[in-house]
Amino acid sequence: MEEHPEIVVNVQGGGSTAGIQATLNRTCDIGASSRNLKVSERGLRVILIAVDGIAVIVHRENPVDDLSIDEVRAIFSSTITNWRELGGADTKIIPVTREEGSGTRGSFEEMIMGDVVISDACLVQDSNGAVREIIATTPQGIGYISVGLVDEREKALAIDGVKPTIINLMTQKYRFSRPFLLLLCEEPRDEMKTFVDYVLSKKGQDILKSGGLIPATEIQDD
Amino acid sequence: MKDTIAEKVLLLIALSAILSLLLITFFIFQQGVPLLFKIGFGNFFSTHWSPTKDHFGILSMIIGSLMVTVGALIVGIPFGLACAIFLAEFSSPVVQKTLKPIIELLAGIPSVVYGFIGIVILVPFIRQTFGGPGFSVLAASIILGIMILPTIVSISYDSFVAVPNTYREGSFAVGATKWQTVVMLLLPAARSGIVAGIILGMGRAIGETMAVIMIAGNALKIPGSIFDSVRTLTSTIALELGYAAGDHRAALFACGAVLFIIIIALNIVAIRITGRE
Repeated sequence: MEEHPEIVVNVQGGGSTAGIQATLNRTCDIGASSRNLKVSERGLRVILIAVDGIAVIVHRENPVDDLSIDEVRAIFSSTITNWRELGGADTKIIPVTREEGSGTRGSFEEMIMGDVVISDACLVQDSNGAVREIIATTPQGIGYISVGLVDEREKALAIDGVKPTIINLMTQKYRFSRPFLLLLCEEPRDEMKTFVDYVLSKKGQDILKSGGLIPATEIQDD
Repeated sequence: MKDTIAEKVLLLIALSAILSLLLITFFIFQQGVPLLFKIGFGNFFSTHWSPTKDHFGILSMIIGSLMVTVGALIVGIPFGLACAIFLAEFSSPVVQKTLKPIIELLAGIPSVVYGFIGIVILVPFIRQTFGGPGFSVLAASIILGIMILPTIVSISYDSFVAVPNTYREGSFAVGATKWQTVVMLLLPAARSGIVAGIILGMGRAIGETMAVIMIAGNALKIPGSIFDSVRTLTSTIALELGYAAGDHRAALFACGAVLFIIIIALNIVAIRITGRE
């Protein structure tokens, strides 16, 4: 906050549900969420600041490059359990999911799994980083994390032939993305308005972009 | 006059420790138990855990906690007892003075470091040797077994040392070898201390969280073999508390209450056994 030394922002983590709850309870002025609000959480002012794709990742030496959405569903519901069935090596698939309540898991369930339930046999980790670490070191693994966090140790799969690249996300060709939202109880004013305006300014949006996100101002509607 | 003041102050401080225990107990049960009545015992003790969709079955986690605890004991008891017997009966005072503090130092290593060593060394080893994900009951058992060593070793050691020397002299006098003395005389004589050490180790194993989250894989399915992933009660609380709200949060407190009951029961057993001497 070098440009606005007069404003002090206290940041608290805890996940999307915590952010939404804190805004509803008025414990905080501005909440943040990486998922859309549920019906029970309506009534807040919602500002879209960026979009984050969810990439399905595998070990970099896995020969599989492309899966259909049905195959991804089958893997995470333990219907397909061997890489051979998908053109890979004859090894068991080790799917890694996120814990109950996680925003990333919520988006993954909503956008990709649909009505199919994630199997109890999946390993469970509590952060993008932990999932990435397992995939990077486990040749049979498959998991899902934010597109912005994929590094060279893993490979992001194309889903139904579309790779989760920045361009594909901006043009919404890659459909599996989630909103990053700021939440307020009322119309932003004073310091809150300064903060929201800053996030939506060119400078604020560039910061989000450098973190691997698609800035809200650059999303192209069809 | 000064004495009474000191006494009162000390009493107050002592009571505050008990008070905090009572408060914690009250809070856990007050937060968790209402949910039990809301959803019913059948739901709570089923195997289907999906708290955001109103399934609160914790049975697979209770089984998971018991599996890694038993596994930790299978690893920890033989090594711990052997270590204690060697230190108390077979080693020179110099060796004793060097080894005992080193073993006790194991207790001072933070659990996240154990977990890290597990991820870097043990998990890949199990994955390459036995197949499966490597994040498994086996990995958790081995790491927990090492973590409970200091408890088992130091309490068993103390109870071996507490056996009066006249016992040993009597045994040697009737012609028993040193090994026969250990197996037939010292083990039974030190039994209560050894069992207490094991139970306290059990309490540590069942309550351990960080190391287990890192190496057990945390899959909800009840493991079919020791090479499968496993979820414990403590891991569930730590994994999910950050995002939990409403009934989900209450369910995590209910997990805490179950864990609390298990650990209190273990401690009561441990106190009973040591108190019988």
